Amino acid sequence: MQYYRAHVLICGGTGCTSGKSLEIKAELEKQLVTYGIENEVKVVMTGCFGLCEAGPIMVVYPEGTFYAHVQVKDVKKIVEEHLFKGRIVKEKLYYEALDEDKVISVNEVEFYAKQKRIALSNCGVIDPENIDEYLAKDGYQALIKVLTDMKPREVIEEIKKSGLRGRGGAGFPTGLKWEFASNYEDDMKYVCCNADEGDPGAFMDRSILEGTPHSVIEAMTIAGYATGSKKGYIYIRAEYPIAVKRLEIAIKQAKDYGLLGNNILDTKFSFDIEIRLGAGAFVCGEETALIESIEGKRGMPRTKPPFPAEKGIWGKPTLINNVETFANIPAIILKGGEWFGSIGTEKSKGTKVFALGGKIKNTGLVEIPMGTTLREVIYGIGGGIPDNKKFKAVQTGGPSGGCLTAEHLDTPIDYDNLVSIGSMMGSGGMIVMDEDTCMVDIARFFLDFTCEESCGKCTPCREGTKRLKEILDKIVAGNGTIEDLDRLENLAGYIKDNALCNLGQTAPNPVISTLKFFRDEYMAHVVDKKCPTSVCKDLLQYTITDKCIGCGSCAKVCPQGCIEPLGKEINSKTKRRQYVIDQNKCIKCGACLEACPPKVKAIIRK
Amino acid sequence: MNVKVTIDGKLYEVPSHYTALDACKAANIDIPTLCFLKELNETAACRMCVVEVEGARSLQASCVLKVRDGMKIKTNTKRVQDSRATTLELLLANHNKECLNCDRNGKCELQDLAERFHLKEIYFDSFEKRTPFIDDSSFSIVRDQSKCILCGRCVSACEKIAGMSVLAYTNRGFEANVGTGFNVELDDAGCISCGQCINVCPVGALQEKSHVEQVWDAISDPKKHVVIQTAPAVRAAIGEEFGLPIGTSCTGKMIAAIRRLGVDKVFDTNFAADLTILEEGHELLDRLQNGGKLPLLTSCSPGWIRLIEQYYPELLPNLSSCKSPHQMFGAIIKSYYAEKTKIDPKDIYVVSVMPCTAKKFEMNREELSHNGLKDVDAVLTTRELGRMLKEKGIRFNELPDEDFDHPLGEYTGAGVIFGATGGVMEAALRTVADILTGEDLKDFEYHAVRGFEGIKEAELEIAGNKISIAIAHGGGNARKLMDIIKSGKKEYHFVEIMGCEGGCINGGGQPYVNSHIRNEGIDYKKLRAQVLYNEDKSKEFRKSHHNKEVKQLYDEFLEKPNSHKAHELLHTSYKAREIFPIK
Repeated sequence: MQYYRAHVLICGGTGCTSGKSLEIKAELEKQLVTYGIENEVKVVMTGCFGLCEAGPIMVVYPEGTFYAHVQVKDVKKIVEEHLFKGRIVKEKLYYEALDEDKVISVNEVEFYAKQKRIALSNCGVIDPENIDEYLAKDGYQALIKVLTDMKPREVIEEIKKSGLRGRGGAGFPTGLKWEFASNYEDDMKYVCCNADEGDPGAFMDRSILEGTPHSVIEAMTIAGYATGSKKGYIYIRAEYPIAVKRLEIAIKQAKDYGLLGNNILDTKFSFDIEIRLGAGAFVCGEETALIESIEGKRGMPRTKPPFPAEKGIWGKPTLINNVETFANIPAIILKGGEWFGSIGTEKSKGTKVFALGGKIKNTGLVEIPMGTTLREVIYGIGGGIPDNKKFKAVQTGGPSGGCLTAEHLDTPIDYDNLVSIGSMMGSGGMIVMDEDTCMVDIARFFLDFTCEESCGKCTPCREGTKRLKEILDKIVAGNGTIEDLDRLENLAGYIKDNALCNLGQTAPNPVISTLKFFRDEYMAHVVDKKCPTSVCKDLLQYTITDKCIGCGSCAKVCPQGCIEPLGKEINSKTKRRQYVIDQNKCIKCGACLEACPPKVKAIIRK
Repeated sequence: MNVKVTIDGKLYEVPSHYTALDACKAANIDIPTLCFLKELNETAACRMCVVEVEGARSLQASCVLKVRDGMKIKTNTKRVQDSRATTLELLLANHNKECLNCDRNGKCELQDLAERFHLKEIYFDSFEKRTPFIDDSSFSIVRDQSKCILCGRCVSACEKIAGMSVLAYTNRGFEANVGTGFNVELDDAGCISCGQCINVCPVGALQEKSHVEQVWDAISDPKKHVVIQTAPAVRAAIGEEFGLPIGTSCTGKMIAAIRRLGVDKVFDTNFAADLTILEEGHELLDRLQNGGKLPLLTSCSPGWIRLIEQYYPELLPNLSSCKSPHQMFGAIIKSYYAEKTKIDPKDIYVVSVMPCTAKKFEMNREELSHNGLKDVDAVLTTRELGRMLKEKGIRFNELPDEDFDHPLGEYTGAGVIFGATGGVMEAALRTVADILTGEDLKDFEYHAVRGFEGIKEAELEIAGNKISIAIAHGGGNARKLMDIIKSGKKEYHFVEIMGCEGGCINGGGQPYVNSHIRNEGIDYKKLRAQVLYNEDKSKEFRKSHHNKEVKQLYDEFLEKPNSHKAHELLHTSYKAREIFPIK
């Protein structure tokens, strides 16, 4: 076996790949040859590191030097200085990885130090396309333990003991789900991995599959053993090409190693996995719609009951778990359900991966123990709000979650707490909004998404969400009335109560929660016809004050040509001709405001 | 096994296979439904039937919710009431409410609900509506998207009854529609024009292509000699248009009523059904005796003809070359009858009153004309006839019974039963058996071919010959049977196929049977079929070859079955038809 004095890890997740990490890797390999150290330094392309804001990311071990925003042109210097001469290139370090002169290792950076990684433990550590690296990290040990040492019933008991709940959104106890699936007898049963991640901004499932595909394969095989199934499906959206490719590689490798396929590890147990590509409909993340899609039909939810555990794919008992749920399984088997249950809160055990987005410094993926407060996530790990803006709200649970306010910041995150304050865990999206965000507009934005993604099957979701959005359109256009707020509330409640599937039932959540917590903002739109954050264009007015010096910069940039000098009148203060905006023609693009010389600031928006 | 459920505070005991909807019905509570059709469309999509169930977070669709012991259901809370009203309001807001000139006016299930809920206001009426679109490309069916409420019944009927899946959901969200693949015109999408979608549509989104206007024009044209022929299944259902119970025989009243429309002659397609049996029966005998292509497939149902032309062109050589009865009739009227009455065939206008929408397509086939004249000039559905009679103010129920015109008005019991699945088979067997045995058999009712099982099979021994037969009805069953035949798993001599489930009595042009009747489990197909079997029993002559007027036709004009002249007038040819043609 060859030994290396240094390992360079380059992120090969979707984010960093789009930041040219493949080219960075190629350049790195080229430069290592140039400096003749290609046999001393090993280059590894890993899965996602999580801190996508700092991408493309490169980490050099053994010391854990954390380079951020690496570009192809930086590679030569890193090779020459760091890898050849042993001098760290400080200007390329992640800003928190340098404390005055002291270089801080990647694991000690606050973003990582405060996390507890179980599902993501291999992401950004191993080469996902190499099964040996997974094996070296105790990979497939759990499967070996299960197949050689445990009865199916014991496996289910261990999962039940762990308290693991579904990470896809609803939070149903995983062990119970396995038990149900195992209790139904049939000639065929299926295990299905739901990798149809659809929440905008959420990408934990993708990152897990890109970073540690074998974890999911191993877990599905364990689930197959526990529930008595021989066949697994991974339903993944075609928009995740890297994840799909790595899954394909991983499945092949596992089969080559006898860890998947017929007579796994020479036991009597056989299990095979097939990948099914989805076309990217949000509703296909709903388990019954997913099943329809796997069967080749249009992805439309079925009524429940019967639940998939009884009648799933092709009408057979089916266990469906989300990617992140599966990713926790090997660790639970190896370290025990009790260990997992010791993490988290009373009813929500273990950790949860969140995708931080919106107005937050450290956008990316974080895995935290359940019970961590929102404040800790947003201000601690997330680094707070950029540009010293004030926090206004955080949306959890994706487009069908609710918007929470500053008063909820100290709520420990778990399934039940989030629901009790009007939001939900969802798949773990977390979108932070600052003081510049209009909550009416945000509600409308999320509704727009669910409207588009409704499958059109049931009346409340197909017709209702559209009408909700139309009322919001009316409000942001300045035509709303007080009655419209009642109408919104009633219609939102109706949809929640009547829609066929969870997508429909949760679609009005953004409206319900913003109406509850930000009613004053709605009132401002409806009564005063003003948008307090100046986001809703139709409620804005640009006017030129008497500070105008008549330079005409604004008139030059106005796309409507609606700014002209006000007759021949001369401004008494500035002794120049005053300009004026024709409000009827103004499209409120704001170009004039930008064009007005900073020293003059004659144009105001209100 | 029974379970105990509490409905609105009262305890009931109901069978455990009941749904909450069934249980409520048993408790004399009629829960409104819209998309629900028992065993056909159990999708819980419309949400009209929601109820409160203790322990459930959201309201539950009662149509698919199985009862459990101890279940507590509430149907009369404000939450339930308001929800249903809002659902209806949302549907109405996105529905083209030009009810007064809708074909479905007065028979619309959505209208019924609107009446039941008497909404004060439809707030969202002024909001956006789905893009209206009318597809009238088909000779048979017109789709009006502005009236569609996306209940999905037609989608289920097309998939499960017709076996076609030509209609399916397209697009998403508010833009979701029922449409064809790639949004091609219905005629290009593999539709067989069976019209089962029309029969299940609760509103006026699916309609037959009307021929009413052109028939009125012909009647009022003094130069035209208008001849109307009626298919057997029409008499079994036309009474429903006038409020008579399902299964009322209306042969006499129907003739009287049609005569009062001002037409010149009223004939019975049954006459041609008898003619068909002689032609098709001899074709079968010929194939049996001379080693022709077997099984012989019947060709009376134009929906079925479209199905085989589009989906099983390789089996076209098996198809009988006989035209369907009403087309034979048209050809005879414009030749034999014209000759006899000395009327120029160009002045004769043949109208077929049919239980069928596919006949509207069929009458436009190029092959079905003679000397440049179409065999049939217009096809009215049973529903359209009902509309015309109502428009004319004819008090149908009060009319005396009248008889068909002669000649060409006589028919046997064998002709009548054509309207039910298995009827053509039975009629053919009655004649073929007599020919093969050379006797006038007394035992000629073939009960094995009756009934509504999807595919019926029997093996008969007639004069020492083993004859293996099969019958399928509805496109879905027809496809199953064709697949069996293609695979060679089974061999038959004679196969009857009808494009509609139950045969013509349940054709796409028959009076609407609204969902509350269907969901009651009333077997309307059986009731209608019984009318035909009763009429069969009541006839003096019950075998086609005993029809004197048919015999007269052969003697005076056609010579003998399958003669040259018969082939010219009564037989046709078929061709493979492309689905989704590239234009």
